Amino acid sequence: MEVADTRERIDAARRSIDAVWRIESARLIAGLARVTRDIGLAEDLAQDALVAALEQWPRDGIPDNPGAWLMAVGRRRAVDQIRRQETLARKQQQLGHDLETRPPVGESAFESVEEDIEDDLLRLVFTSCHPVLSPEARVALSLRVLGGLTTEEIARAFLVPEATVAQRIVRAKKKLARADVGFEVPPPAEFAERLESVLEVLYLVFNEGYSATAGEDWLRPELCHEALRLGRVLTGLLPREPEVHGLLALMEIQASRSRARVGPGGEPVLLLDQNRGRWDWAQIGRGLAALERSRALTDSPGPYALQAEIAACHGRARRPEDTDWAAIARLYGALSRVTTSPVVELNRAVAVSMSDGPEAGLSVLEGVADAESLQGYHLVPAVRGDLLARLGRDGEARAEFEQAAALTRNEREREVLLGRAAGLAGNR
Amino acid sequence: MRYMVLVKATAESESGEMPESPEVFEEMNRFNEELVKAGVLLSGEGLHPSSQGARVRFSGTERTVTDGPFAETKELIAGFWILDVKSKEEAIEWVRRAPMRDGDELEVRRVYEAEDFGDALPEHIKEFEAEIRARAEAKRS
Repeated sequence: MEVADTRERIDAARRSIDAVWRIESARLIAGLARVTRDIGLAEDLAQDALVAALEQWPRDGIPDNPGAWLMAVGRRRAVDQIRRQETLARKQQQLGHDLETRPPVGESAFESVEEDIEDDLLRLVFTSCHPVLSPEARVALSLRVLGGLTTEEIARAFLVPEATVAQRIVRAKKKLARADVGFEVPPPAEFAERLESVLEVLYLVFNEGYSATAGEDWLRPELCHEALRLGRVLTGLLPREPEVHGLLALMEIQASRSRARVGPGGEPVLLLDQNRGRWDWAQIGRGLAALERSRALTDSPGPYALQAEIAACHGRARRPEDTDWAAIARLYGALSRVTTSPVVELNRAVAVSMSDGPEAGLSVLEGVADAESLQGYHLVPAVRGDLLARLGRDGEARAEFEQAAALTRNEREREVLLGRAAGLAGNR
Repeated sequence: MRYMVLVKATAESESGEMPESPEVFEEMNRFNEELVKAGVLLSGEGLHPSSQGARVRFSGTERTVTDGPFAETKELIAGFWILDVKSKEEAIEWVRRAPMRDGDELEVRRVYEAEDFGDALPEHIKEFEAEIRARAEAKRS
């Protein structure tokens, strides 16, 4: 009985420590990385502090200011570590200087870190999303150091073995150390490219969560929440960047549909068929507000803001027939100019067909269908089939749907496409 | 996951009097700012005293409206936050940091997410959705 009580108490303490970690870890790692100039080392030191907490807190209770406690332990370990490593003599000098000019480690040291923590967090964001790393490595490292997720949680969320994620993180840390990328906010000349890399990471995380299907690990859809949370953090750190607000707007508006986009049998429900009553209108409101902030900052919106504008056109329409297709077609035109992606043109063809009729859509489609990157892409014949069917050219439409069905790798989609083919008069 | 943090009413909140010291506001602002910076705050509002509200009671086809104030102060709500967090413990950890006063009580409740429903979607909603889809289908053809 007593043993069970103790175990329960320790489990409860453990869960509370996880929660503290979740709240404090990014700031802790950022503060430590400022001293060590190495986020790999900073993360290791932060983990040491966590281990110390796991030993002491279940026994002594959680301290009043857990963040300061962790930071004090982490900084002490940093000093020990750096003194031990002669190869880091130069850094020791820096640290020595650092410590002289700062109050001793403890509450007051935390206060001084607190002042600049926003800058440190921003450096941490840019470093963990550094373009020398592959997108997978950036995603894993960022979820670890910015999201406070464990390796196991990341692995479960991405449906890959834990060892794979662990290795990705180790390699990423080594690569950053080898490339000597430092711990800085990028200079103006690199800023745009580096920011793009950060936004890409957030959107990858979001989409991974958004593609989760029913019955999968609950951690997968949680990735959407995590991407949104990090997006909100980033709008606080970079309030003047229109694309940061644009990406947040895009994610909020997309996520607002999660309740409506899966049918009772688990089948995907297309945007125009969704029950809009099940959209999260409060979330759409937050997305539209983020979009407003983005608009106020620039006259030439970037790809995320433009995609958010398109999502907003749907989000503003209480009924599908209220959709402003002409505006959407214009926005796809603008998006096409900044991304030069044939897939965007394909979307524009659909939007044009909705505003100006299937004939007009077909002519946009034919302008792009030969693009190399669209060869073998099932949505080209699927869209063409839809437009031809709307023009009453059933025989041609049927052939397109059949071709699309042969090309898609998604079983459910194939059924839908074959169903549409079968539903047409067979006069070929 | 989302949690709603309910602020229970007190005699003071029910009186509608604003706190005397500006520090109370400042502390609350600072706390809210922390929530915003951490990216966890979705919304949060304070409520007027129950004297400015009403209750609607349902009985058969009857609807009985009773104006406030309501007596049982401890059962009343004076405000709320909605937090986007990873666990109940994280919600609690944030709540522990709230600048509340002696005797105050906060309640932490989980908000239903789409994933929570799964197959348990009520039959009539399924039907409703099917009907909506059928209507959209009819419009297209």
